[in-house]
Amino acid sequence: MNLKKITKKTEFYIAVIILVFCILVQLRSGQFFTNNNIVDLLRSMTIPMMFCVGEMMVLISGGVDCSFPAIASLSMYFVCTRMDGMFGNPLPYFLVAILLGLMMGALNGFIVAKFKFPAMIVTLGTSSLFLGIMQGILGSSEYPLTSALNALGTTKILTATNAQSGLTSELPIHFVFMVILIVATWFLMNKTMLGRAIYAVGGDEVAAARAGFNVFGTRMFIFCLSGALAGFIGVCRASMLLTVSPNNMIGMEMDVIAACVLGGVSLVGGRGGIIGAVLGTALMTIVSNSLILLGVSTQWSRVFTGVIIIVGTAVSAIQEQRRKKKLFVTVSAKPEV
Amino acid sequence: MSENIIKITGVKKYFGGVKALDGVDLVVKKGEVHCLAGENGCGKSTIINVISGFYAPDAGTVEIDGKVYPKLTTQAAIDAGVQVIYQDLSVFPNLTVRENLALTMEVADGKKFVSKKRFNEIALQALSKIDFKVDLDEMVENLTVADKQLIAISRALLNNAKLIIMDEPTTAITQKEVKNLFGVIRDLQKQGIAVLFVSHKLDEVFEIAEHFTIFRSGKNVFSGKTEELDEKKFTYYMTGREIQEEPFSYAAKSGAKTVLEVKNLSLANGFADCSFSLKEGEILGITGLLGSGRTELAETIFGYHQAQSGEILIDGKKVEIKSVKDGIKNGIGYVPPERNVQGLFMEQSIADNISITRWKDHSNGLGFINEASIDDSVASWVKELSIKINDPADNMRTLSGGNAQKCVLAKWLSLENLKVLILNGPTVGVDIGAKYDIYKLTKRLAADGLAVIIISDDIREVLSNCNRVLVMRQGRLVEERMTSELDEASLSALSVEY
Repeated sequence: MNLKKITKKTEFYIAVIILVFCILVQLRSGQFFTNNNIVDLLRSMTIPMMFCVGEMMVLISGGVDCSFPAIASLSMYFVCTRMDGMFGNPLPYFLVAILLGLMMGALNGFIVAKFKFPAMIVTLGTSSLFLGIMQGILGSSEYPLTSALNALGTTKILTATNAQSGLTSELPIHFVFMVILIVATWFLMNKTMLGRAIYAVGGDEVAAARAGFNVFGTRMFIFCLSGALAGFIGVCRASMLLTVSPNNMIGMEMDVIAACVLGGVSLVGGRGGIIGAVLGTALMTIVSNSLILLGVSTQWSRVFTGVIIIVGTAVSAIQEQRRKKKLFVTVSAKPEV
Repeated sequence: MSENIIKITGVKKYFGGVKALDGVDLVVKKGEVHCLAGENGCGKSTIINVISGFYAPDAGTVEIDGKVYPKLTTQAAIDAGVQVIYQDLSVFPNLTVRENLALTMEVADGKKFVSKKRFNEIALQALSKIDFKVDLDEMVENLTVADKQLIAISRALLNNAKLIIMDEPTTAITQKEVKNLFGVIRDLQKQGIAVLFVSHKLDEVFEIAEHFTIFRSGKNVFSGKTEELDEKKFTYYMTGREIQEEPFSYAAKSGAKTVLEVKNLSLANGFADCSFSLKEGEILGITGLLGSGRTELAETIFGYHQAQSGEILIDGKKVEIKSVKDGIKNGIGYVPPERNVQGLFMEQSIADNISITRWKDHSNGLGFINEASIDDSVASWVKELSIKINDPADNMRTLSGGNAQKCVLAKWLSLENLKVLILNGPTVGVDIGAKYDIYKLTKRLAADGLAVIIISDDIREVLSNCNRVLVMRQGRLVEERMTSELDEASLSALSVEY
């Protein structure tokens, strides 16, 4: 791929914006490129990044999943409250949460793929359903984290101390999970026929069916995967925060979808990729976390996130409009006689 | 071994109470180019779906290569060598050329992982079948329709095809590209592959097909060699009525006003230094290859693009046309080439589509729309233009190409101040019967004093409907002739670049 093609990509713009923003914060505060700030950033983008990777796959397949925070909350809350203290190893908690998430995702997938209902409405509906179950049946109050997950949550892979300020930041093991998830997703989307099927279905469903792809199966798979991932990420979130808080993931869907779109993932399917999704999430996290370094109160963080989303998506929308209205006639230099 | 690749006998197919196919026969010999013709709704698409195993017929037999298939599945049809190139081409816009070519094979082989090397081999093999050169890394959405079509054809050839069915393959491509496509078809024929060509474009089908089958309302009306047909018979078989086409004769009235005058109009990457004028009652043809700037010129006069320099005069007065709104205000109507995207709201009602340019006039001071007055005006247009509809509240998508095009016309004709009507490719994807209706209407409008511009690369259409023709080449107007001095060959020669 040549340089000209790269500069036309959304990913390129987002990377440039991130770089410019980082340098700006560094110039203003002198605190951006310090080891503890970087570790802090990596830590706070861990959970959104994992959600974003799942959502990206759903969006590329031509769907959308608004129910993953609900799935994550319900799975996590169930295993943490109903299986509290049953195991000394964190693995069973993860497995059960993944299984629960998978079942909820399968419900989404079945309704969307079988009846061809719009995914947004279906997942908004199931989202409400899952949250209702959590609040109505399980009750939803803060709960202490079970010891096995607590132990996992306190496992650090890195501790960074700022020599100047003496502030310390720690990078939890979950960051490794995130990296593995990104690599695995890249492989799935780009190197397997299943990944190509996801792009094909998102690009043109009828053409995909005529080419012999299993459209129903692909859609089912995507929603099951999204659900299973949500279950996993829900438990990650609880063990990172070291507390079982049923409501603190609710509302994340909009930021996650926005991060995907910012990174060039199309809302109508077929377009986008893992690099864009990662950069989109990175940008959103960096902006909302760095405001304090710029001397802006964190109260304002939503305003800046909003501006970034609108400006970022406007750039690609304008490009698209220009492309559509662009003229290609080669006008001859001199009038012929 | 049979000498026929396809033999269909007495096939019937009902949808509810509607007889889509009422006992039709179709025989295609091996290595033959066969044309299946008929108006919309005659059962062409249904028979394609029967041959491809998508629909099971209610009666009759389907025989492929000498073997009768009582229960033909899509996979069995593919295995027997039948490939369909659908009108929408079924390519993936968001994937590369390489992937578009290779995916079908790889899925059929049950491959689990992507191998660029294998993809490459398959793609190159596919392209070599029709000697087509294209960048394998290009996204298919960036290609022209003609190139997408060639991708679909080369992909189909990978599966050891013996019969390729092409559904309306020439609708969206230029004349030059049609020539190229015909070259490809003749090549396929040399390799012993039969082609079933579904189309209703007269000149084209006569050029390529050796054998014809014509359907009307789900029944066979003709089957025989091309030599047995002429244009008049063909039109009769298709429509079931005799159509007399009168060439347009423009009687220049003394004192006829010049309605539109364009002086030295230029637009970067569009056209340069274009000047012409148009009198009331005239039908002016503009022809030229795709990419000659003809569409850009029309869109600029209408206000979709803004000219960089030059003047537009309406009724002798200089006007500023900076937006589509300005164009409409100055009495310019534009029927775009891509009717479904640019001309109509396909998911909205027929009534709304026809009345949209007049909503202000149908509403009261508070902006509420008077439904009754819309219904009246829509009903009168439906009658006036003989648009075949069930209910004005029906979705636009329910109409055939010809009827949809009449709705686009009605939308503009209902503008009271309409002075210039620009028709860009007015009969693309329109049935032969509706096509003559549109011609007749255009001539009548001109006789009533409207100034009309027809932009078309259908030479015949320009010659029989216009009194004057402008030829565009590389963004410039290079020729102006009276159609009475021209014949098909001379006009065709003028529009091709030297």
